[in-house]
Amino acid sequence: MIFTFDFVILIFMVVAAIIALNVKDLLSASMIFGIYGFLICLLWAEMGAVDVAFTEAAVGAGVSAVLFIATVFNTKRKSSD
Amino acid sequence: MEQLVEQILEPHFNFWIYVILMMIGLWAVIAKNNLIKKLIGLSIFQTAIILFYVSLGVKEDATIPIKKPTPIEYSEKAYGGEAEAKGDYAAADKAPADKKTDGKTGDSKKKKKAYEKINPDKIANPLPHVLMLTAIVVGVATLGVALAITQMIFKEFGTVEEDEVLKVIKGGGQDD
Repeated sequence: MIFTFDFVILIFMVVAAIIALNVKDLLSASMIFGIYGFLICLLWAEMGAVDVAFTEAAVGAGVSAVLFIATVFNTKRKSSD
Repeated sequence: MEQLVEQILEPHFNFWIYVILMMIGLWAVIAKNNLIKKLIGLSIFQTAIILFYVSLGVKEDATIPIKKPTPIEYSEKAYGGEAEAKGDYAAADKAPADKKTDGKTGDSKKKKKAYEKINPDKIANPLPHVLMLTAIVVGVATLGVALAITQMIFKEFGTVEEDEVLKVIKGGGQDD
């Protein structure tokens, strides 16, 4: 584990989480949530959990982002908050 | 200030961020009005907990938990021992036949030597990783169900905003 790398990714993660929750456009929110998933995948590869990183990249970032986008296209794209 | 960073923030930085992310997720689940935003918050909450568990397995200067077989083990598997280690490939091909008559003591000694080289302090603890692998997959399955329910709500009420759904339920409900 390298502290500087760890630090930078964690800060980016918090920023991505806050932006994903505050942006009004739900499609953008889904995309930024996908970015959050890839950041946490990078963090796990860095922390030595390569198996978790693989799973997160495939399932967390890939499938859940696709599910979110599919739901946004089937419902409304605008959010009130 | 420097002392604070060195003693409190740096050794437990993952845990600080884990708490922050968890509170962001909890805030989103409680305070956000849009159901999809709530689900994003729920996912963030979940990854925060996984971050906590994976952080428990981290060690200073540790590498990934994959064991690299030593040359001795390779040679034992392929040729059955000593000949390979000496670099005598011609003898190595004949070695397995000799080995069976050889007796077991030398063999077991060699195996011990091969395993002694592993230092557990240099390998990240893989147990939390394996537990969290299951949690990620289950989390995505529940997220899929939740998003399907969101689409059902949209079909029923024409909106994914919580207050509007509640208004429709309270206004048009039979047992109000």
